[in-house]
Amino acid sequence: MIYKETGQYKSSYKSDHAIFPLLQDKIAFSTLMFIAFLIIPFVINSYWEKAILVPFLIFSLAAIGLNILTGYCGQVSLGTGGFMAVGAFSTYKIMTYFPDMNIMIIILISGLITAAVGIIFGLPSLRIKGFYLAVATLASQFFLVWLFNKVPWFYNYSDTGQITVSERTMFGIPVTGAEAPSYATYLFCLVLVVVLSFAAKNLIRSKMGRSWMAIRDMDIAAEIIGVPPLKTKLSAFAISSFYIGVAGALYFAVFLGAIEVTESFDIMTISFPVLFMIIIGGLGSMLGSFLGAAFVVTLPIGLKFLMVDMVGLSAVTAKHFEITIWGLLMIVFLIVEPHGLARLWSIAKEKLRRWPFPY
Amino acid sequence: MRIKQLLIGMTASVIAVSSYIEMAVADLKFPMLVYRTGAYAPNGIPNADGFVDYYKMINARDGGIGGEKIFHPECETGYKTQVGVECYEKNKKDAMVFQPMSTGITYQLIPKATADGVSIYSTGYGRTSAANGKVFKWVFNAPVTYWDGASIAVRHILKQNLGNIKGKKIALVYHNSAYGKEPIRTLETLAKKHGYKLMLLPVDHPGQEQKATWLKIRKARPNYVLMWGWGVMNQVAIKSAASIKFPMENFIGIWWSGSENDVLPAGQGAHGYKSLTFNAPGTDYQVHKDIKKYVHDKGEASGDGSHFGTVLYNRGLFQAMVQVEAATVAQKIHGTSKITPAMYRDGFENVNLTAKRLEELGFKDFAPPFKITCENHGGSGLAAVQQWDAKAKKWNMITEYMYGDSDVVQKLIAEDSSKYAAEQKIAERCN
Repeated sequence: MIYKETGQYKSSYKSDHAIFPLLQDKIAFSTLMFIAFLIIPFVINSYWEKAILVPFLIFSLAAIGLNILTGYCGQVSLGTGGFMAVGAFSTYKIMTYFPDMNIMIIILISGLITAAVGIIFGLPSLRIKGFYLAVATLASQFFLVWLFNKVPWFYNYSDTGQITVSERTMFGIPVTGAEAPSYATYLFCLVLVVVLSFAAKNLIRSKMGRSWMAIRDMDIAAEIIGVPPLKTKLSAFAISSFYIGVAGALYFAVFLGAIEVTESFDIMTISFPVLFMIIIGGLGSMLGSFLGAAFVVTLPIGLKFLMVDMVGLSAVTAKHFEITIWGLLMIVFLIVEPHGLARLWSIAKEKLRRWPFPY
Repeated sequence: MRIKQLLIGMTASVIAVSSYIEMAVADLKFPMLVYRTGAYAPNGIPNADGFVDYYKMINARDGGIGGEKIFHPECETGYKTQVGVECYEKNKKDAMVFQPMSTGITYQLIPKATADGVSIYSTGYGRTSAANGKVFKWVFNAPVTYWDGASIAVRHILKQNLGNIKGKKIALVYHNSAYGKEPIRTLETLAKKHGYKLMLLPVDHPGQEQKATWLKIRKARPNYVLMWGWGVMNQVAIKSAASIKFPMENFIGIWWSGSENDVLPAGQGAHGYKSLTFNAPGTDYQVHKDIKKYVHDKGEASGDGSHFGTVLYNRGLFQAMVQVEAATVAQKIHGTSKITPAMYRDGFENVNLTAKRLEELGFKDFAPPFKITCENHGGSGLAAVQQWDAKAKKWNMITEYMYGDSDVVQKLIAEDSSKYAAEQKIAERCN
């Protein structure tokens, strides 16, 4: 009943190709945007900002980036942490060289720099596939992190190798640095995420997106029907890296404010969790990127809240439980629903369509 | 049927949430960022136990600080910065002081806590230049900094070589992070001053892989090895040093690389290993008797109680003691037992732990006296050298508490803090 599409006629190609063809989806999406833009900024506090919403938005962006590469173009990558580090360090260097440049522009340029780096590290994908490519991207992860730790120029010769953000404003309101109000950092990330998500969604529906999927499904067949593998694979690497670079720039400038490359961009802190996000969320699904990011960001916090604050377990016991539950959930997901949360949502939609009279 | 279960579950959780909100807290809040899991747990656990036992003892013996009970919620960080931020945000409301127990998290929290008006106490770790109270209003790192530590280690080596170490080779094995990199500049400056050669050997997180590091040491044969390590890295380094038969008495760790957990795995091989320290090990102090009486004998020991009297447990006691003392001072200054975070900071800035005061607190001869002032948040800068006796399985103090090279250190602190002040546009205080 709820998802009934009966009576919703499409009388033009435009309406047939809408991102949300169903009225119900349109309403749900508008409500979500209304809440996100007009309600949350007024009720947000620093805990929700720093612990949940801003990391969720940033990791959504990273997950979209990786999903473009892995979910849509079929190129497995473990280099997310390294690419995010490129975004972060580009932001830092541009910030210190051009103190008057607008932060939004700095972040977008950082994304472009990361895209260029992504193309370079994407070159091996023309020759190697699957696990072998995963190992090659793993090399980029280790190389980039090592580079930013080894070459003092990247951290402006500071004694400790830490990079620290300085204050930048948008319309006179600080969005980076410790003084930035919660609503400002949140809205700043939200705007970027919404705009870039729409861009990604439309890219995927374009010729480029279709050629990525052709390469993913069978690269030899794709080549035979005229999809150029060089251009396709490298464009996937470039665009994916752009998103990941922007995520890295936000992660450094807006979220953490001070970063140490070995710790903050470690493979266990970034690369694997982002990969889990798209696996749990759903490979090759925009919605999946968001669901996966939400799941990975909020699960530990939710479990901690449940176990420590409500049940009253000690922090360490809760942590041990958390690690165990996390591992179990990963296995359960891979066995029960390998297509992720996005697939669960589409099943739910199917069910809602017939509810309450299933047949 | 399912809907019924769902409803029951939802009602139950709503009740649970509301009861949680009712649990209002009126006490003095000392949130704890601990790590009892992960690669740094072997060091994190005893330290956290020391903290908790001291707070519990104060609550049981004195009924809290000036009648106000200590509330010390624990938050598990796993030594991870991002989790540390979450823990900070969760607990910062009405918090007196944060003790991040991680240089990375300290760097992260310095600007945030300064903006929020919460004190940070990084006892002998964190950002060294925070010792300059003129710039870092909310940050304290007494009693001693890494740069003091580096120069004290060099001073110890100088003493052993009758003041001449020209041409000697000193290697620094360090955790490849902000923490490990802290002493490099001091050691480089001192190298110019004393004419020794410095060899830098980074070890990546978490520090289990050190084969290449020690192979280099075996080849280059440095006269001395200094170590800035933490967690598993310490154990591995000491074991590796023993296996290449490096003379242990020439291997000196910072105060975070000198606990029982670090040397015990190497067995007899660790005999003679040295480390710096700013507090004594052992259980012969009044505070231990009180903890035994008020906490352990009641079966309320934190953790399994097995770390009682170890180096890091005792350091936890010391850190907790300073934090509690700051509250006492604040209560005295402001004439109220219900202090705010801002009042607490005033108290911290006036902490004066004389020998007499330490004795009153049950810490006689436990640590050298020190004092915090508006300009100096770094305390005395005193540390001693202790040596491991693998046969008796105990640490022995082998030197007096000594100062570092204050000319060099003070200059570096002034340089670094003024750079930070310029970056963050902070005006100097205390004038």
